[in-house]
Amino acid sequence: MSSDASEDWKSYIQRIEELAGRSGLSFHPVDFEAVPDTFMMEIAVYGLPVRMPHWSFGVRYIYQLIQRHMGHSRLFEVVFPGNPGHAYLASSNGLAENILVTAHVLGHADFSRNNLLFRRCQEQVSEHIVEHAASHARQIQQAIETYGMQRVETVLDAALALEQHIDVDRPLRRPRYPEYEAEAKALVDDAFRKRFASLDPTAAPTGLEVRKRAPVPPHPERDLLWFVANYAPEMESWERDIFLAVREESFYFYPVFATQIMNEGWASYWHARLLREADFVPQQAYLDAIKCHSDVVRPIAADQQVALSINPYHLGFSMWEKIVEAEGIDAARNIMQQDDDFGFIRNHLTRDLADELGLFRFTARSDGQVKVLEHDLTGLHEALLSSKYNFGAPTVSATHVRSDGTLELTHDNAIDGRGLDLERSRRVLDYVQRVWRRPVVLTTVNQAGSTLELTAP
Amino acid sequence: MSTDNPGPDAAKWYELFSRGARDWLRHDEKVRESVRQHLPQIVAGGDVMNGGARTVRVPVRMLEHYHFRLRRPEESQGAGQGKAKPGDVFSDPSKQRGPGEKGPGGHDEGEVQLLLEFKVDDIVDWLWEEMQLPNLKARVGPSEETDYVREGWDRRGARSRLDRRRSFKELVKRRGAPGATPTFTDEDLRFRQLARRKQPAIHAVVFFLLDVSGSMSDRDRKLAKTFFFWVVQGLRREYRSLETVFVAHTTEAWEFTESEFFQVSGTGGTVTSTGLAKVREIIDERYNPNRCNIYLFYASDGDNSVSDATDAREQLTSLCTDACYTGYVEVSSGLSRQLATETGRLFAELASTGCAAGSYALNDFEDVWGAVRHFFTAENRALEGS
Repeated sequence: MSSDASEDWKSYIQRIEELAGRSGLSFHPVDFEAVPDTFMMEIAVYGLPVRMPHWSFGVRYIYQLIQRHMGHSRLFEVVFPGNPGHAYLASSNGLAENILVTAHVLGHADFSRNNLLFRRCQEQVSEHIVEHAASHARQIQQAIETYGMQRVETVLDAALALEQHIDVDRPLRRPRYPEYEAEAKALVDDAFRKRFASLDPTAAPTGLEVRKRAPVPPHPERDLLWFVANYAPEMESWERDIFLAVREESFYFYPVFATQIMNEGWASYWHARLLREADFVPQQAYLDAIKCHSDVVRPIAADQQVALSINPYHLGFSMWEKIVEAEGIDAARNIMQQDDDFGFIRNHLTRDLADELGLFRFTARSDGQVKVLEHDLTGLHEALLSSKYNFGAPTVSATHVRSDGTLELTHDNAIDGRGLDLERSRRVLDYVQRVWRRPVVLTTVNQAGSTLELTAP
Repeated sequence: MSTDNPGPDAAKWYELFSRGARDWLRHDEKVRESVRQHLPQIVAGGDVMNGGARTVRVPVRMLEHYHFRLRRPEESQGAGQGKAKPGDVFSDPSKQRGPGEKGPGGHDEGEVQLLLEFKVDDIVDWLWEEMQLPNLKARVGPSEETDYVREGWDRRGARSRLDRRRSFKELVKRRGAPGATPTFTDEDLRFRQLARRKQPAIHAVVFFLLDVSGSMSDRDRKLAKTFFFWVVQGLRREYRSLETVFVAHTTEAWEFTESEFFQVSGTGGTVTSTGLAKVREIIDERYNPNRCNIYLFYASDGDNSVSDATDAREQLTSLCTDACYTGYVEVSSGLSRQLATETGRLFAELASTGCAAGSYALNDFEDVWGAVRHFFTAENRALEGS
């Protein structure tokens, strides 16, 4: 593209921002930057503009290259929440695309400033995740220089394998478990107690109870990254730091993951609306932008007859339009602030809308045969959400540390409905065992549903 | 509210450096490492000698970084969109291409295969390290001569030794980024340098004697061929000038070129002494045992005709006095007879008289390395003893 187009676009940013402000959006300032497509692709691969090195990103990078080569995906923008937010726009975007994307970015900025999940995360992780991630990357680079690639990779193999295993219901910065079990409340030397004691001298508490060590963990612990970092018998402090760095980034990724449908829908709703109201956009650019909009929010099934996946932009956009139409923008803003995808889909994807959009539930056999199921709204909700439970990962908790230091992990197959993939689980245990430095045991169920124990080494 | 970006001239860091490519290279390195660990198995069966190529191609899959995943269900549920009525049954078009890996919640990564190319020289180096094979010691020698070898770079040098790639790198380093019109200065130019290095002056010749009688199957010959190939590589590591002589025999013997040698198949019986006699003849004609290290490797299924025993022993004993080492590898597809054959006994007898000779029963491709290791360590021991 020519640099003229980029300058043209920049002259619109302020006017779009003013229009967004007048329309009720409230957002932190956003830094816009046009970057080459290659860099856009890397942001998509890493999830952050600068992130720690690891070979697994290299694999994703190659897949992304292949995809792009086959013309499957094109990225217009990536935006990072924060104060200020950071928006990266592909420098190959035309003027119309950039105008649309700018409005879209402001929709995201509004969402990330006001949605509760995002707000809580930013309070904990800070409003500068981009900078934090860059400093993690630097810290890990230094570790590589000090301890060598091999050792750092061993730690990253384990930490990144567990990246989804955090507990967002607990704070990012958690204290260790109490070392002793809670003591019985200190006995108050009051009249009642004296009278009580006088009834039967043998029943009176002696006051010399031995403090009992609390078991570790005191309850099944879902935050495996935190648990390993805090309780691994012989982990070095730089290794713990790497685990905690990965964990912090996971805390950042969680809201992005758990609000994808809402968030993309919200941004699409606002780019469409702002564009309609932006009388300062020239006619041709407006038409081009509208076309681009309809490409973005198009159902995947548009040119085929049936699709077995759903475009979250399309679904979210359609739902927000319905909500605003039926309940008004203020109600919509309330929903945007309070829900995540779970509440959003369950509460606001109605039967009528599902029918209108032609959504359906299906079962797919491993041989590729697909069968469309009866209409069932609740079932449809769960089918849409099933890949999102527990950060998209199986429910694995740390349940016990044996006296020889062996770590026991337990997979909750009752929640997940089936057992783990055994081969992959073994490999993960191998990774974990190398940083835990004691045996690691995992309990799950096999195909027949009977309990199975995997051990590493 | 956009910030003022630095002017267009200021190069952005991400234009100079691709993290994706860096991590990809690391992945590549890891794949190579793991291939290296399994190299003996991989290369033993592979067709390594095609067209005299100095590289081996190994197909590998991309590494997977493992996460906890649920077992793949027999039947999965999902949500779709489009014109479909309850009860409709159709087949998933995305699954018809083949077994694409689509885990629960995972992304479809399909099957991407990489073809890694390894230099045969590198492989030999790794293997010698990995298997801790001793380097050969020459019997004749140790006279040395000096010669020039390429070593290092300098800013000055003869034009013919200009290293363009290296010079271009210097240009890039100096300019910070490759511009539209790179212009070299003298500073950038790098010339390959030569250094004087001592090299063993001696040279060696290896005789490969192959039994191609009717009892040797295609597989037997391929086994022998694979074994011979790695023996040549090992010897080449030590001798800069290594000559190879290929002789095949049934009841008669012929000398072949390398490319013909492995295609040869014959019919009829086995008379080992004819092959040995042919080797003798070639040595007398072309090689002086005092100036040249002679190695002989013989591959056969061991079924020498009984009437040939005396002749074969005689020939072999005479060869042993001139050769640095004589090795016998018995290839047999069937059950291992553990060298309990005519020829096997012959070599055992020879070794017991203190000759530098060894035998190995080779039944399987996985065993090729065992054979190589056996001969190279035995050879070394034999030489140290002498």
